[in-house]
Amino acid sequence: MQEVMPVTGVFSLLWLLIALPLVGAAILLLGGRKLNKWGVYLGVFTVLVDAVIAVAMLIAMMGNSAQERTFSQNQFSWMFAGNFKVDMAFQIDQLSMVFVLLITIVGALIHVYSLGYMSHDPDKRKFFGYLNLFVAAMLLLILANNYLLLYVGWEGVGLASYLLISFWQIKPSAAAAGKKAFIINRVGDVGLSLAIMVMFVTFGSVGFQEVFGSAGQASEGTLTAIGLLLLLAACGKSAQFPLQAWLLDAMEGPTPVSALIHAATMVTAGVYLIARSHAIFDIATTAATAVVIVGVVTMFMGAVIGSAKDDIKKSLAGSTMSQIGYMVLAAGLGPIGYVFAIFHLLTHGVFKAGLFLGAGSVMHGMNDNVNMRRYGALRTAMFVTYATFIIGTLSIMGIPPFSGFWSKDSIIHAAFESNTLVGVLTIIAAAITGFYMTRMAAMTFYGKARWEDDVHPHESPKVMTIPLIILAVGSTFLGMGLLFWGNIETWLEPVVGLKKEEIAIPEALLMAITLVLVLAGAAYGWIQYARREVPAIAPRGSWLTRAARQDLHGDDINDILVVQPAFWVSRFLVWFDGSWIDGLVNGSAAFFGGLSGRLRRYQTGFIRSYALSMVGGAVLVVLALVLVRLS
Amino acid sequence: MTGYELNVGEAIVFWVCAVLSVLGAIGLITSRKAVHSALWMALTMINLAILYIANNAPFLGMVQVIVYTGAVMMLFLFVLMVVGVDSSDSLIETIKGQRFLAVVLGLLLIVILVWGLGSSLSGLPSVGLDAANRVDGGNVQSIAHLIFTDYLLVFEVTSALLITAAMGAMVLAHREHWLPKPTQAELSVARFKGDDHPGNRPSPGIYARHNAVDTPALLPDGTPTEASIPGALRSRADVQPVEIEDGRANEEGDSQ
Amino acid sequence: MNPSNYVILSALLFGIGTLGVLVRRNAIVVFMSVELMLNAANLAFVAFARMNGNLDGQVVAFFVMVVAAAEVVVGLAIIVQIFRSRRSASIDEPNLLKY
Repeated sequence: MQEVMPVTGVFSLLWLLIALPLVGAAILLLGGRKLNKWGVYLGVFTVLVDAVIAVAMLIAMMGNSAQERTFSQNQFSWMFAGNFKVDMAFQIDQLSMVFVLLITIVGALIHVYSLGYMSHDPDKRKFFGYLNLFVAAMLLLILANNYLLLYVGWEGVGLASYLLISFWQIKPSAAAAGKKAFIINRVGDVGLSLAIMVMFVTFGSVGFQEVFGSAGQASEGTLTAIGLLLLLAACGKSAQFPLQAWLLDAMEGPTPVSALIHAATMVTAGVYLIARSHAIFDIATTAATAVVIVGVVTMFMGAVIGSAKDDIKKSLAGSTMSQIGYMVLAAGLGPIGYVFAIFHLLTHGVFKAGLFLGAGSVMHGMNDNVNMRRYGALRTAMFVTYATFIIGTLSIMGIPPFSGFWSKDSIIHAAFESNTLVGVLTIIAAAITGFYMTRMAAMTFYGKARWEDDVHPHESPKVMTIPLIILAVGSTFLGMGLLFWGNIETWLEPVVGLKKEEIAIPEALLMAITLVLVLAGAAYGWIQYARREVPAIAPRGSWLTRAARQDLHGDDINDILVVQPAFWVSRFLVWFDGSWIDGLVNGSAAFFGGLSGRLRRYQTGFIRSYALSMVGGAVLVVLALVLVRLS
Repeated sequence: MTGYELNVGEAIVFWVCAVLSVLGAIGLITSRKAVHSALWMALTMINLAILYIANNAPFLGMVQVIVYTGAVMMLFLFVLMVVGVDSSDSLIETIKGQRFLAVVLGLLLIVILVWGLGSSLSGLPSVGLDAANRVDGGNVQSIAHLIFTDYLLVFEVTSALLITAAMGAMVLAHREHWLPKPTQAELSVARFKGDDHPGNRPSPGIYARHNAVDTPALLPDGTPTEASIPGALRSRADVQPVEIEDGRANEEGDSQ
Repeated sequence: MNPSNYVILSALLFGIGTLGVLVRRNAIVVFMSVELMLNAANLAFVAFARMNGNLDGQVVAFFVMVVAAAEVVVGLAIIVQIFRSRRSASIDEPNLLKY
């Protein structure tokens, strides 16, 4: 465990990282529509300042020795009840540092991009307000030093995601998508809250220091339970199987949202959670195995779905699902994989954001049409977009020397170190990645033009292309930079631990095999989609294609397992309430009504009837007296 | 020793009077005509008076005859006359189940009371009133002693009750005059203006065939006139028929 | 001759009076049945006075007679009044308190 030091120097601005975008969000959301003119610049400004501070912190942290890179800043004591104490305290160490950099820098670029993308939207100040809210919540999640504060940030990003997905709430599909995302996220959140409860019961505290310090003393069963619950939470947030259904629908939101939240940052919160809780997963190896299985399944699911979608954003979403599957898989491998999971997370954040922003640029030029079957031959019409998109594609496929190659191959290597089968599966998935990315690029930029009549493709304005260029540069050099110039392995090792093992195949041979398979996949995609005619109407396709178009029936499974039973339960409850409870209430009222109706017949009005009842009563009284007296 | 005298005379008196009073009671409740019920009741009252006397309560017995049988029963009969001497109840019971339940409950009441009283009072000593009557020199004096000393308040309250009852009766039986009482002159004018004949009404007994109040008298031409019957009976159509002599009445003026 | 015979006779008369109240429809006859019940009670009082040896029972019976007389006066006046307006002496007539 590292020694936690109080903040000094630039690190005392730790709270400002969260406060700035939070204040920006408050101003923008409460200010009203008149802020549309200059409010958007305020939104960009807050995140830019955060990025600057983050870089300054990085420089300061690099100056310290490896053991002295954890700083903690306590704002105030949030709650204390008996032995339970939770502080509003932030902590930054090497792991949080890289995340903060990713969020602020990529976030700032996307904010700038949104200036152009959302320039015609009448509610753009609300958009920037929500974006700022998201950045604040995500930073809170990353910088929390206890699980409860992390949960606050966790919920906050869920909320911001919901607000942003259903930003164009007038569209019923967008509203439904937002609801779906929130509800599925909620299932994961239950996992996290239960994990926190178990932690409190077991360790008496939910702070990172305390939990990780005493992890060795808890029983393996308890730790496995906590691990599985944390895995459930990660599945919800990172769109892993079985909670993956919301990611594809989340593409209803504006493209900058998809780039920031659903590619670069929010969906990686699950990986962060697993990496941060490595102390638990190191001991509860069953839970770690479950993590690996989930990662493998999702890796394939995402790849297959992404290969069949005609909507460019949905195809990229499938790709995101698959790549996060890689990260989750790597995180589940234990100390051999944590570092590489984070490595791939960083590179993926950059190139996926670039790919999404590029897709947004294409949509912008094609009248917001997302159907790739209506694209084609766009490389001359939008050259900068084309170039940056191709760089992103090469990076994600894992072609050297782009960044994706380094990070993805590290994961493949780590997979082989752990389990040969898992390693083989990762290589196969890499081949499929090659296929679907080439398909996407070919359908969009190559081949014949299949545009609709009123479409005039044009390049996007500079405010949108400059971030694309910056991200493309990152996609090219980040991998090499993180591996050779600033060694990410030694950077992160003090936090998550690192183990290296030997594998049967030499590393260079492994890389070669991977590359060959990827290029084979890419070639197949090229032949299918660049050489052959791409039909404007999607052909029927094989059973796998049809299933993949339906998200591998994920929605149908959710419907059968969850939605229909929920409807059944509520219908049952409505019936129960209507016939039993209402019946009980109405029945007792009717009973008394009927009883009074019967009883009132006794009021005949005849004196003699009354006299009769009086005599009857008298007889009873006399009888009672006589019996009592005589007994 | 039970403490009472084995008195044959009293036993005979008791059994005779008891049977007669029960008979009277049963007659009261089962007579069709109301007047018959009143007469049966009088029978019961007299017998009860005899029983009082047999129980060493001579004063009470006399009061029973004077007040109850005399005043109260006469009052009943007068009211019966106003209400309708001939009125009789139909035997059909209109309220469902009333008769059956009444008989059942009544018999039950009798049985329980008799059983209870009988079993609790049997073997109880009877002291007799000789000593009590001798205290002040006689039954009347002793009762007077009690009334005017121990029960004085009751006496006073009862007298207030009597006054109230009398006033109540006056109020209830009073007919309010809404118009000023017509004077002699007004009555005379009305009589001559009206279509009834202005002379005196023929009084009953004049040209009458019968000396009962409810039999109409005959006019000079031999037709019966309803005007000779008091209003109360006339309004009730409680009028006896009269045979009309065919042709003229007797011109010799025979008033018989 | 057991003095308690008088009490049993009184109970019997009381029961018969009750029957009369319940069965007869003519108001006056009902009233007379009530008087019968009162008389039965008087008989019981007198019998008990004899059994107990003091005259309190007779005094009570005396007062009962007084009250009964007053009650008869008022009750009959009411019956006459009702008869004047309704022309009927049946106690089933005034049944306006029915449901």
